[in-house]
Amino acid sequence: MSTPEDGVQAARIEAVVRTVLASLDGDLTSKEMVMLGELEELGRTIRRAKSEIAALRVDDIKDSHIPNATDELDAIVAHTAAATNEILDCCEVLEVMQPRVGETEAELLRQVTTRVYEACSFQDITGQRIAKVVSALHAIERRVSLVLETFAADGGRLADEMAPADAVLPVVLENGPQLPGVAMPQAEIDRLLASFD
Amino acid sequence: MALDTRTNVLIVDDYKTMLRIIRNLLKQLEFDNVEEATDGQEALAKLRQGNFGLVISDWNMQPMTGLDLLRHVRADPRLKDTPFIMITAESKTENVVAAKQAGVSNYIVKPFNAETLREKIEKVLGHVNA
Repeated sequence: MSTPEDGVQAARIEAVVRTVLASLDGDLTSKEMVMLGELEELGRTIRRAKSEIAALRVDDIKDSHIPNATDELDAIVAHTAAATNEILDCCEVLEVMQPRVGETEAELLRQVTTRVYEACSFQDITGQRIAKVVSALHAIERRVSLVLETFAADGGRLADEMAPADAVLPVVLENGPQLPGVAMPQAEIDRLLASFD
Repeated sequence: MALDTRTNVLIVDDYKTMLRIIRNLLKQLEFDNVEEATDGQEALAKLRQGNFGLVISDWNMQPMTGLDLLRHVRADPRLKDTPFIMITAESKTENVVAAKQAGVSNYIVKPFNAETLREKIEKVLGHVNA
């Protein structure tokens, strides 16, 4: 991770390059010419990096891009929650109907409502995954701020204004849901638990 | 093995839709005595006031997590033997081990199905009744 000390070092490197370039006068050997060329290129690279970082418009990232992205994600959670509750309402109506139909039909209704209940738990996992994405967005925001603080003249002010990512998280997760293929399946959890007995 | 569906069950989750799903699945298993809490603190208060034979809890809740709730339950002389099933999306080995060390009776990883829920309830209640 970049630190304010890195910014000081970058400024010192640039100062050293300028000093060395200024001290080189008179006839130069071919070796010195190569070194001069490399130093000039290094100086240009540093200047270009500084101007590119200054042009990042971190205010947009902080004030617009990240809040917009988190608002959109919040809207996804709200809409899917509303839809899930609507589906659950319908399932509960189907359950009320069960005693009024034949035994075979009632069993079929029970089976399909069970499957719907199982499927609806996607909403909880989705909410937790989105919380992880929001956390990642805030981490990006913090990193951008640190880079600006390191290389751009007024970056420190922006970094100071930004709250630590953890302070704005809506949900605190231990680790949160793992990706399919990475998550430990139920059978493996059962084996792990049994190993304690 | 037949389930004792007269058992008072406390389900704990900060996500109301999940409470509704678990309650409905329990209803299909013919558990009618089901109460809800939305975090560990509320659950602990209900457990201390009531007479519950089973706790089914999420992990990630604020201000008190499911793991902290489990530790409080196991530390309480009156509640310490209450069967406790954790239902969570946390599936890392370290989480399962931490829950087991805290005294969890069983552990279900989300997303889960009704059969897994029935099986784990049967196992922990059967163990208590045996």
